[in-house]
Amino acid sequence: MALDDRKSDFTFIGTRPDRPDGLDKVTGRAKFGADAVAPGMLFGAIVRSPHAHARIVKIDTSKAEAMKGVKAVVTRADFATGLTGEFWNVQENVMAGDTALYDGHAVAAVAANSALDARDAAKLIEIEYEVLPHVTDVDKAMEADAPVIRDGTADGSVPEGMHPNVVRYHESGHGDVAAGFAAADLVIEDSFKTEATHQGYIEPHACLASLGADGKGELWCTTQGHWYAQKHCAALLGIETSQLRVTASEIGGGFGGKTTVFIEPVALALSRKANRPVKMVMSRSEVLRATGPTSSTSMDVKIGMTKDGTITAAEGVFRLQGGAFPGAPMEFTAMCAFAPYALENVRQVGYDVIANRPKQAAYRAPGSPMAAFAVESVIDLLCQQLDLDPVEVRLKNASKKGTKASYGPRFDDIGLVECLEAARDHPHYSAQLEQGQGRGISCGFWFNHGGETSVSLALSEDGTVQVSVGTPDIGGSRASMALMASETLGIPYENIRVTIADTATLGYNDVSHGSRVTYASGLATIKAAQAAIAEMCKRAAAKWGIPEDAVKWEDGCAVPSGPNAGDFEPLAMADITADMGATGGPISGHFEATPEGAGVSFGVHIVDAQVDPETGKTSIPRYTVIQDAGKAIHPAYVEGQFQGGAAQGIGWALNEEYVYGEDGRLQNAVFLDYRIPVASDLPMIDTVIVEVPNPGHPYGVRGVGETGIVPPLAAIANAVSRAAGVRMFELPMSPPRILAALKADG
Amino acid sequence: MNYHSPASFAEASALAANVDGVTRFLAGGTDVLVQLRADIVTPDTLIDIKMIDGVSDIIQNDDGSWTLGVAVTGAEMTEHAGLSQDWPGVVEAMDLVGSTQVQGRATLTGNLCNGSPAADSVPAMVAAGVTVTVTSADGSREVAVEKVPTGPGRTSLAKGELVSAVNIPARGDNAGDAYLRFIPRTEMDIAVVGVAVSLRLDGDIVTEARVCLGAVAPTVLLVQDCADAINGSTLDDAALDALAVAASAACNPITDKRGTVEFRTDVAGVLAKRAAKIAYARANGETVKGDHA
Repeated sequence: MALDDRKSDFTFIGTRPDRPDGLDKVTGRAKFGADAVAPGMLFGAIVRSPHAHARIVKIDTSKAEAMKGVKAVVTRADFATGLTGEFWNVQENVMAGDTALYDGHAVAAVAANSALDARDAAKLIEIEYEVLPHVTDVDKAMEADAPVIRDGTADGSVPEGMHPNVVRYHESGHGDVAAGFAAADLVIEDSFKTEATHQGYIEPHACLASLGADGKGELWCTTQGHWYAQKHCAALLGIETSQLRVTASEIGGGFGGKTTVFIEPVALALSRKANRPVKMVMSRSEVLRATGPTSSTSMDVKIGMTKDGTITAAEGVFRLQGGAFPGAPMEFTAMCAFAPYALENVRQVGYDVIANRPKQAAYRAPGSPMAAFAVESVIDLLCQQLDLDPVEVRLKNASKKGTKASYGPRFDDIGLVECLEAARDHPHYSAQLEQGQGRGISCGFWFNHGGETSVSLALSEDGTVQVSVGTPDIGGSRASMALMASETLGIPYENIRVTIADTATLGYNDVSHGSRVTYASGLATIKAAQAAIAEMCKRAAAKWGIPEDAVKWEDGCAVPSGPNAGDFEPLAMADITADMGATGGPISGHFEATPEGAGVSFGVHIVDAQVDPETGKTSIPRYTVIQDAGKAIHPAYVEGQFQGGAAQGIGWALNEEYVYGEDGRLQNAVFLDYRIPVASDLPMIDTVIVEVPNPGHPYGVRGVGETGIVPPLAAIANAVSRAAGVRMFELPMSPPRILAALKADG
Repeated sequence: MNYHSPASFAEASALAANVDGVTRFLAGGTDVLVQLRADIVTPDTLIDIKMIDGVSDIIQNDDGSWTLGVAVTGAEMTEHAGLSQDWPGVVEAMDLVGSTQVQGRATLTGNLCNGSPAADSVPAMVAAGVTVTVTSADGSREVAVEKVPTGPGRTSLAKGELVSAVNIPARGDNAGDAYLRFIPRTEMDIAVVGVAVSLRLDGDIVTEARVCLGAVAPTVLLVQDCADAINGSTLDDAALDALAVAASAACNPITDKRGTVEFRTDVAGVLAKRAAKIAYARANGETVKGDHA
């Protein structure tokens, strides 16, 4: 059996069947985070700091505890002690210790018979604060006189003499940038800023937790990774990991923001204290104030170019603010910044800066979109000043197979040139612009990820198949898994049911992040199916009385591998499974690994912007996304990922931002004022799927979930700047900011 | 919290007059219930006025004027052909409030009594010369809309007083109105600047202009200088420029999460010109779709 040959002619893969979870979701039968109930259930509520930075002097819970209907109150004293590293950081974020570090930081929590009682009781918890100086801006947090937020947080990477709020440092690159700039005909250096944005998932965080005095617990929650939740909740509560079973609910969006825990450990602590199940559901304001937005950034980028468009050197400094905790993804920002280009001389530096804001969480290709905004803006300026075509310049410098990447390794098969050629040849790129419009393009890069993966595939007697995966379905992955299983097994898509298994059912699965699910869970599904096929061939061989290697699998049947193997009628899958109990027992396939061939991903976006010169208001009349998917398993869901990335990017570029007042409090913690695009703000977003197979996957898959949000900030900034006739260096490009730039420009 | 649903305005007024603490009247509830859930206002007394006879009626009187009940929703206004024909600016301003779902509940009276300087329907009502009937134990009086809000979240209504009807004047001939607001998105947002214009034409000359600005001061502003800038003109470029200057000059805005002083001041002038052009075209008998900027 030549099972490891790369497949390229497909029967099921590349079709667009309905998603298995579709009916449940459109009829309301699907159970999301807030849909779980349990007998005797209590409701939890959290008390949050109204201050950006304050020492917690005293917490008086006596009035709340005396209130009728209140069953438990918890503070940090009810959690495990002695944690270190990221466990400690997560615990500190989930429930403040000595100091409230940002507006919205959890300080205490209460569980009561009703949600209304819990809210009322929360108001009775009296907290005495000593307000401390605060800082929320990334550049100000690095200044000499900035308040020190958590002294001693910096690790050994930080150069001497930096402010204690600089907690990590990154530097990479190769070549001689000074020599490269000297060889350029034009060098442009500019500074850029971006504000924090939120992932904006429609479903707020919600969970139902039950933890007994025996240290055994159950947790139902909306999450991108229930093993992560299991591990962290167990650590924060001081219980054994395997004693906590976590089930992932259906998820109403995550985009990276549900790769960590917030209310889950608090609900477990309340449950343990009350000895009752506790349900918690965040309000939208809590989501915006206290769950992970992106980092805000301040960046300097310098690029040299010859008159013919060759980049001679590139250098970038990227400062990321990730809240009051280390972990802003500045190394990703730095490493992704120049990855689309084959550069002889490149250097990138990153700073991780803490400030009095919520702990940043991953948001689709964390760190990369901001880098692209700065880098691709400077390339656009070079194109304008040297009178060069933006796509041709990018093609001239594009990374390809064998290029030494700006961040170190050499690229294998990649599809950037194919994406740029598709952009150049797309009718959008040559379409006439109307008065007041400008066109922008940008490349984008993301690493993609493998991660721990475990999949089981069990055959039923009737020849149908149950696939258990451990990666919550955030983008149609049940359909993709079923398509890959059906392709491998040679049976119809409808004969396969894919379930997201709980933590007690499979080995550790990494979170649904890093665009890894279609790649890694898909690879594991294919391998598990191949294991089941091998067992089925073995059963057929036994029945026919021929050697195992004389049987092969073809179109869903065991058949003799050739004329010498003997003359037997094909045995269909259902024929083999019907009597599997008597021929050796149940048949299942299993695979687990940490696959490392994820295959990097590139995309190119083309966007037209229209700017009203009297009001500074931008509209987006046309948008095209071109991206390498390796192999599109379910093209409709690949296109959906492309469109979703562009839609979120439009919001980030134009109007979404965290607005902090002088008092360090978040001013816009509701969707009225945190301005996500509405449907009527968006054009039809056109898509082109490029397929340059990933050598690291049996069917050539590359993850597609994240790259789509990398180019929009830059592409839209380039379009807006060309439409307005004035360069925009700061996001969001809100109407007041554009109008001010127009007026300053005269 | 005590909830009441009186059968008459007199009863509602008496209830409100005789309770202590925070009282809120409930019609559509699109502000009151949201504020309650968000812990912004927790009323001690909630008086639901939707059960009072006639509160959902839209009546055109013999003289051509209109009387709207206090629970008439935005959706009912938008679907009313006669009202939309007479006062497209007022109807479109109300239609801009919130989502389709909110339109099924939200009312002119609620939008007014919420006291927001950014309320979309209020500048349009002021430009149109709308009055409200205010009922109390002492009977009823008629109050111009611009006299109701006194600052963000505050109104001139005394304890025991409530609005019992909305009175829109007869439109008459050769007249038109328009309301435009600036929002960064296309819908589901709150005005950063709002401008309403109502005018009549004598031939091609503007008369009876009323211009009202929203979201650029603690209350909506009825600006006589704006009216003066276009009254007596053919709305030529010079008049429009004078209108824009007058509108910007009248602004007394703040910088906040929704916009800056400079932006609001500039855009008030831009929108005043655009709204005046629409009102002028409508007065000329043209059908113009009001499109927010």
